[in-house]
Amino acid sequence: MSDLKLPIYFDYSATTPVDERVAEVMMHYLTVDSHFGNPASRSHAFGWSADEAIDTARGQVAALVNCDPREIVWTSGATESDNLAIKGAAHFYQKNGKHIITCKTEHKAVLDTCRQLEREGYEVTYLDPETNGLIDLNKLKAAFRDDTILVSIMHVNNEIGVIQDIEAIGELCRKNKIIFHVDAAQSAGKVDIDLDKLKVDLMSFSAHKVYGPKGIGALYVRRKPRIRIEAQMHGGGHERGMRSGTLATHQIAGMGEAFRIAKAEMHAENARFLALRNRLYNGLKDMEEVYVNGDMDHRIAGNLNISFNYVEGESLIMALKDIAVSSGSACTSASLEPSYVLRAIGRSDELAHSSLRFTIGRYTTEAEIDYTIGLVKKAVDKLRDLSPLWDMFKDGIDLNSVEWAAH
Amino acid sequence: MPYMSGVYGNPSSVHRFGRLTRDALEQARVQVANFVDADPNQLVFTSGGTEANNLAVKGALLNQPLARLAVSPIEHACLLEPAKAMKQLGWELDLLDVDGQGRVSIEHLKSTITRQTKFVSVMAANNETGVLEDLKGLVEAAKTANSDVFFHTDACQMAGKLPISFRQLNLDLMTLSSHKLYGPQGAGALIVSRSIDLQPQILGGGQEKGLRSGTENLAAIVGFGRAAELAAETQQARKDHALALQQQLLECLVERSGVTVFSAQAERLPNTVQFSVQGIDGEALLMQLDKKGFAVSSGSACDSGRTDPSHVLMAMGVDKNIAKGAIRVSFGEQNTSEQVSGFIQALDQIRQQFI
Repeated sequence: MSDLKLPIYFDYSATTPVDERVAEVMMHYLTVDSHFGNPASRSHAFGWSADEAIDTARGQVAALVNCDPREIVWTSGATESDNLAIKGAAHFYQKNGKHIITCKTEHKAVLDTCRQLEREGYEVTYLDPETNGLIDLNKLKAAFRDDTILVSIMHVNNEIGVIQDIEAIGELCRKNKIIFHVDAAQSAGKVDIDLDKLKVDLMSFSAHKVYGPKGIGALYVRRKPRIRIEAQMHGGGHERGMRSGTLATHQIAGMGEAFRIAKAEMHAENARFLALRNRLYNGLKDMEEVYVNGDMDHRIAGNLNISFNYVEGESLIMALKDIAVSSGSACTSASLEPSYVLRAIGRSDELAHSSLRFTIGRYTTEAEIDYTIGLVKKAVDKLRDLSPLWDMFKDGIDLNSVEWAAH
Repeated sequence: MPYMSGVYGNPSSVHRFGRLTRDALEQARVQVANFVDADPNQLVFTSGGTEANNLAVKGALLNQPLARLAVSPIEHACLLEPAKAMKQLGWELDLLDVDGQGRVSIEHLKSTITRQTKFVSVMAANNETGVLEDLKGLVEAAKTANSDVFFHTDACQMAGKLPISFRQLNLDLMTLSSHKLYGPQGAGALIVSRSIDLQPQILGGGQEKGLRSGTENLAAIVGFGRAAELAAETQQARKDHALALQQQLLECLVERSGVTVFSAQAERLPNTVQFSVQGIDGEALLMQLDKKGFAVSSGSACDSGRTDPSHVLMAMGVDKNIAKGAIRVSFGEQNTSEQVSGFIQALDQIRQQFI
């Protein structure tokens, strides 16, 4: 235990450290003795090598998801990719209709963009997921209308880690001639993606969730059948006019390297994550009144989202200062609401508040898991000892039937 | 480097990893704001100058009823294109006259701005010719004509080369870019005065007080902050260094026949010289210079895939054939006087081949 470095990082879905191999590639393109040219400068050698680096990276990103490198458009991150995909497609195809379908558990980058389109006169259907976090395909089918132009469903949910069946959703969309966008920020490098087979038209990627740098991402835009989007950022006409702005060579090179490593190591890594995740789960699952949020089978290896009933969320986080986890509790996010994802899968406010999201990554060790199991158990037991609600529960009182007096 | 692998939290996370990165982000905000004499609370980090210019135009105008905007014709494409996008949405777009030296006409600005004009944008320094615009005079004239007008300046080329004060110039919006001042690519900023109800263009997550969502590019922003701090310290030395090289190059150029230096009569950035050589196409000249080891540009790097003459030179009324020969030399702190002499020698050799 003594060689553990505290706090322990269990927040790999928020962001990942840059892999040293990635940082090394990036350094090549940052400093004066190397390759700092502007890649749009086609006329001199500095620009050429930056251009080559970008071509290489484009190939590396494309290779991970099996698409044509020409289908990759660089952006400043998945948030911009989601904005560009949804607004870009909605604006371009508005003559065909103004109805969009998405899901209540999407990332804010999708939901807030849809809200903006509603202000612009579009109609949006927000599907309810099932209690396991997955979408019922029949409900999706039922939501299709003649004027539906776009469906946006994320591949892997950032909070509960569940994997949607984008293969089946893609088939449905293609059959109905509806464009299908997938936010793959949390799935690229964690789940196999084959865009040659999948009927996905637009897909968002992030580098900093896959041990690449922050500030860079990509949008996949299908060429066959060709999908058009209206540019959201205008200027020098970079990225074939779809996204203007100087490309950050070192960041693109970093994203390429990160995706290359992910392709090479993903399967071995997933096996390791799964063993660690199950070790954590097995260490906690026999406690009383714990609830796993989201489907356990259709789920990425590195995610465990678990709620502890009769524990106050904010106190729990305070008691767990030695581990960096994220939580569905209000105090840990900018908003005052408990996690909207957990609410959407039918969790009560209390369970949403007392949830912890553990995400396991490249540098997580078995010793860290074992330490954490002990820490969490101790904290939950201690908080429950102090809780009158826990006492009532233990006395067999159904708390939902209690009428609380105002005072 | 520490913000790539050592300190790696997400600035929106509440735990210690997140807090450390948030502190770094706020420090960079202060560094960049101080550098241009603005309030750190007014600064929105973006992915670069292009995004900041887009955000300035669309963010300030999209939530307003249709009216007018005025921009100079020598702006960077990432300002002109959003301005044209507004025109497509029904806004009236006025292009401000520039003189033969590339200076925006204050007189024309005065006569152009009406009560309907909501937005004016003139860049601080032009990226091709290096011309410095009289921002103080332009802002004053614009606000005298219509006190409600928002004045935006693209200061990407200016910042780091000459001092600029957001406050003293009485600006409403200012665009900055990290990689033009020796910071990393991938970061920029828009400074937004409190009078503007900016409409965000990238949504979701609510970073930057909701004005620009998306996980912050921390390493680039921290680099941007440090670059701004260094620029403040070394600006004068950099300027003197560049000015000496510029002087040396200009003296050699004027001695040679058939060479036109653009905006020669105007005040310019200390590091930029744009010129053309009669009878030699700009692209050809670039290629020849590149072979001899000199990396220069025909103007804006972003436009270099194209063969049209520069829109900046065309707006100045430069003859099309002369404009097509334009190349831009811009100096950095690593350049030396020997390199300038070598450049002139190379240029003379190329001229002999062609003429």
